[in-house]
Amino acid sequence: MTTDGRPLVLRRSATERVIELLLASAAGAGIVTTAGIVLVLLLQAVQFFAFVNPIDFLTGTVWSASILPFRFGVIPLVAGTLGVALIALVVAVPLGLLAAVYLGEYASNRTRTIVKPVLETLAGIPTIVLGFFALNFITPELLKPILPEIGTFNMLSAGLVVGLLVTPLIASLSEDALRAVPRGLREGAFAMAATRFEVTRKVIFPAALSGIMSSIILAMSRAVGETMAVVLAMGFNPRLTLDPLEQGGTMAGFIAQITSGDTPQDSLQFKSLFAVGLVLFAITLGLNLISNRIVARFRNRYS
Amino acid sequence: MSTASPPAVGARPRFEPQIARRKLAGTSFLGACMAAIGLLLLALVLLLYDVITKGLPYIDLDFITGTPSRRPEQAGILPALVGSIEIGLMVGAISFPLGVAAAIYLEEYAANTLFNRILRTNISNLAGVPSIVYGIFGLALFARALQLGRSPIAAALTLALLIMPVVIIATMEALRSVPDSQREGAYALGATRWQMVRRSILPAAAPGIMTGIILAMARAIGEAAPIIVVGAASFVTFLPTPFQEGFTVLPIQVYQWASRPQDAFHGIAAAAILVLLVLMLLLNGLAIIVRARLSRHLQW
Repeated sequence: MTTDGRPLVLRRSATERVIELLLASAAGAGIVTTAGIVLVLLLQAVQFFAFVNPIDFLTGTVWSASILPFRFGVIPLVAGTLGVALIALVVAVPLGLLAAVYLGEYASNRTRTIVKPVLETLAGIPTIVLGFFALNFITPELLKPILPEIGTFNMLSAGLVVGLLVTPLIASLSEDALRAVPRGLREGAFAMAATRFEVTRKVIFPAALSGIMSSIILAMSRAVGETMAVVLAMGFNPRLTLDPLEQGGTMAGFIAQITSGDTPQDSLQFKSLFAVGLVLFAITLGLNLISNRIVARFRNRYS
Repeated sequence: MSTASPPAVGARPRFEPQIARRKLAGTSFLGACMAAIGLLLLALVLLLYDVITKGLPYIDLDFITGTPSRRPEQAGILPALVGSIEIGLMVGAISFPLGVAAAIYLEEYAANTLFNRILRTNISNLAGVPSIVYGIFGLALFARALQLGRSPIAAALTLALLIMPVVIIATMEALRSVPDSQREGAYALGATRWQMVRRSILPAAAPGIMTGIILAMARAIGEAAPIIVVGAASFVTFLPTPFQEGFTVLPIQVYQWASRPQDAFHGIAAAAILVLLVLMLLLNGLAIIVRARLSRHLQW
């Protein structure tokens, strides 16, 4: 019995329940955040769509939010975003997969202790630093000598550094996928006198393909949402162009540009950022869901 | 027993191991792997080389203790440095209790119900939301609705939300790595669930949790995009205080300077990058020390 007359066990359980409730509400805060993000984007985008027809917004091919006449067609921004992401994947998929296969199948423990930190360091570098690297080194020192007509700000250098940025993501997630392939498969293939490369290419790689695909889609989602590296490397000048040597504009780039200037917060241009944010959020969420789905569908194949 | 006559000699499939060709394919592939690793290493070295050679000449005591200026050779980064440290500390203070509590619930309490599965999925989805979208949320909620304005606290709250999934996932992993025998031992001594968590599991998981938090803080310090949206100012010559409007941080200062065409501004941008990288390196070092100290008494 305790001082308040109730059995100790009961008083304990009351405290326990309060604590559990507190912990659960902290976990629930995540749901509130998600709901808050969706709500903010939707409510503010609706205000914008009161002035601009959503169909025109989604199908328009001219974006001009700072120069009259204002035009809000999101296609150039989406195209610029996908262009950067595409260049990034062209760089990151081979680099990341080769690094993953090397780490997972070939490297000795000693080599791993050197290579892993390099990848982790690369992953930890602030993206603004990669943007600086693109603007100050990749474009003038590497690309200009080969492609003299390249602009100071260009989509190619942005894609290259974003590729560098997402390579560690592909490498580490794909390595996990390779490692998850059961030993038996590997040993069986070796027993059939396959060389290490054949084991990797014909047995391990196909078995890990779902994990590898999901890592690539996740990397694409990261590339689509990347802001600072892209803004510094390619500036912001949205045009519907396929020329990677020119300036362009991404969705994240627009949001950064309009909020870093002194555009009045109640203007239509400023409100358009919420509509662009909504599109960006929808695309990255869609990619993440696809990535999760691929992993979930194939998770139990070998267990 | 087959009675069919063997096929004509010329058409007979012959077993050709082709060892040499297969070995060559393997060697070339290994070569490609090494080249990929080499290329990544080279990129990292070039990046550091570029930043160090351009930035180092500008670093001196006046640069660290000075304030921004229209003239690059007189510019300093003190307001941005103080802003980064101040915001980093606030982010840690906000995300630590919330993130750890959420992780404890998900790892030690939550039964496998639909709601709890949704909570888990939601956290991994939040980890995939672009940082600039967090910025939009922070602008609408903290800066406008809660009327915190363009203040360091609004930025810190936004960044805390951004790194929360990282903190939660790291803490969950740290809790998961504590063996179940610890839990069973605590229960066997008559502990309630919370007593078990607080006295037995948390101390054992502390090294992993603290490392996770510190690394998440390092990530927050390097972020620029959400802070731009929330409203960092471009030219701040005073030291920021949490609730006062007007602040800047190192990555924003880098952005401002690097966006200018003049070479000298690129030089001080590189110098600011060096300061930022050193700050992050210090945090990483701190994480290693904390991990070593906290795990000194642990053994199982």
